[in-house]
Amino acid sequence: MSSLSLAVRDSNTMLRRNLLHARRYPSLTLNLLLTPIMMLLLFVYVFGDVMSAGIEDGGADRSAYIAYLVPGILLLTIGGTTIGSAVSVSTDMNEGIIARFRTMAIHRGSVLIGHVIGSVLQCVMSVVLVGAVAVAIGFRSTDATAVEWILALGLLTLVSLAFTWIAVGMGLSSPNAEAASNNALPLVVLPFISSAFVPVDAMPGWFRPIAEYQPFTPAIETLRGLLLGTEIGHNGWLAVAWCLVLAVLGCFWSQSLFSRDPR
Amino acid sequence: MPSSVMPTSKRSDGHLPPAAVSTVGLRKSYGDKLVLDGIDLRIPAGSVFALLGPNGAGKTTAVKILSTLITADGGQAQVAGHDIASSPDGVRAAIGVTGQFSAVDGLITGEENMLLMADLHHLSKREGRRVAAELLERFDLAEAAKKPASSYSGGMKRRLDLAMTLVGNPRIIFLDEPTTGLDPRSRHNMWQIIRELVSDGVTVFLTTQYLEEADELADRIAVLNDGRIAAEGSADDLKRLIPGGHVRLRFTDPSAYRSAAVALSEVTRDDEALSLSIPSDGSQRELRSILDRLDSAGIEADELTVHTPDLDDVFFALTGGTRTDGTSGTDDPNQPSRPGRSKETAR
Repeated sequence: MSSLSLAVRDSNTMLRRNLLHARRYPSLTLNLLLTPIMMLLLFVYVFGDVMSAGIEDGGADRSAYIAYLVPGILLLTIGGTTIGSAVSVSTDMNEGIIARFRTMAIHRGSVLIGHVIGSVLQCVMSVVLVGAVAVAIGFRSTDATAVEWILALGLLTLVSLAFTWIAVGMGLSSPNAEAASNNALPLVVLPFISSAFVPVDAMPGWFRPIAEYQPFTPAIETLRGLLLGTEIGHNGWLAVAWCLVLAVLGCFWSQSLFSRDPR
Repeated sequence: MPSSVMPTSKRSDGHLPPAAVSTVGLRKSYGDKLVLDGIDLRIPAGSVFALLGPNGAGKTTAVKILSTLITADGGQAQVAGHDIASSPDGVRAAIGVTGQFSAVDGLITGEENMLLMADLHHLSKREGRRVAAELLERFDLAEAAKKPASSYSGGMKRRLDLAMTLVGNPRIIFLDEPTTGLDPRSRHNMWQIIRELVSDGVTVFLTTQYLEEADELADRIAVLNDGRIAAEGSADDLKRLIPGGHVRLRFTDPSAYRSAAVALSEVTRDDEALSLSIPSDGSQRELRSILDRLDSAGIEADELTVHTPDLDDVFFALTGGTRTDGTSGTDDPNQPSRPGRSKETAR
């Protein structure tokens, strides 16, 4: 069997194993899904009226704030789901079965690839669910074309892939699930210090660079552009570049961690 | 299939049967701690080899290295004709490993575990189902097949673990303490299973802390102590190295103790505990002779115990350590010096 078809076949087997886990024990995935939905409801119904004063030069209302908020919430959903990936990778690495996989003539990367693809699928599913809630409470795109919807979904998938690889690295470098969960915290903290909830312009001058030069802001701005017709500018390329760099770094980092002698 | 695992490598000696596992000077340390200090082994294909040693002797480390789970710091090893360092995938294709801690996926069922293995060995769906069902049946797991593996008892987990190992039809199987933590019935079941494997021509490399287990199963036994092979040979060879058992007599009355020490020759005295040990194989005849001598001297011991040789004795015999309970009497200056001892102190 060629090494590529071996990789595909073994990764597929590992993916099915991870999906089986997710299906048997859905509580982790569902718990992580609750956070973005609660954030969405909280920011729309509790803070919405006040927050809307901060966008569109004060002329907006609650429904305009829903539109502003949803792209950030979708990315927060991805961040939250990837924390679950870090935890499940870390838990899995402490299982005896991983030692068995390491002594079998299977594609070396398949264990991680299975985790990554499984996690990206979960991210996309979560994004669709949270998106459905957003639509239910009144989110509407502004004349987004089919191509723009597809690009938006593509971007969300790419972001999922990038953050999943980073999360897998975090899971591999953590000795246990608790540590993995803590180490992966930046993945949900970063959206809060991005343009997800308020425009970067509304932040103090010294803080703006932190909000601006991080992966979530260009991704959120691109998503807004695609769904709401705002200016994308160079954010599109920035978002894609961030994702590619993070995915490649995360991938190499994870693989070098995995190929070390196990603890 | 056997031809692929018994290659006629350049190194193999024409007269010897092909080696399933051979190592030269295998070394491994964790930080400052030297775990394996130059291990040389040669295990003929189709035989059962037992690595016997106490906790921390390096048994698991040896299995981890030979099964390509971790890398050695020095030395060479070939498994199924493949170098573990340069051709780990060749090794992996020929071996099966059942570790001390169960390598089953507890979140999925026993059957799903088996099918996972079948998929990873690239069996067709039909073939995979057939092999899984057959092995589950053979290991008495058919009834529990649909239950999550985490709900299995220790013995069932160990059987599932071994069944998973067998899916790929490995020619060399590493069993790391296969019966540790099992109850006596499960242990005997496991022994029976291992014997069946051997009759199929599989080479078995097992580690154990129990002399009895090595004796039951292995053709050859190596005693691992402090990262070195202290002795190697058949069970009978090793037993010859073990000092015989002894009979221990305890007294509460010091004068009875002293007269018993005089009445019985060849005793090792423990003046503090008022106990005497007499070398003996524990046979009825020897016991009677001891009792006769005590009777004729009019002495009555308060307690009599027969001590048969155990793994401890092998170790103390091989490494020259001192028994904490003093029964082997190594503090006796007349005790012959043991080969391992000078080596130990020289280090």
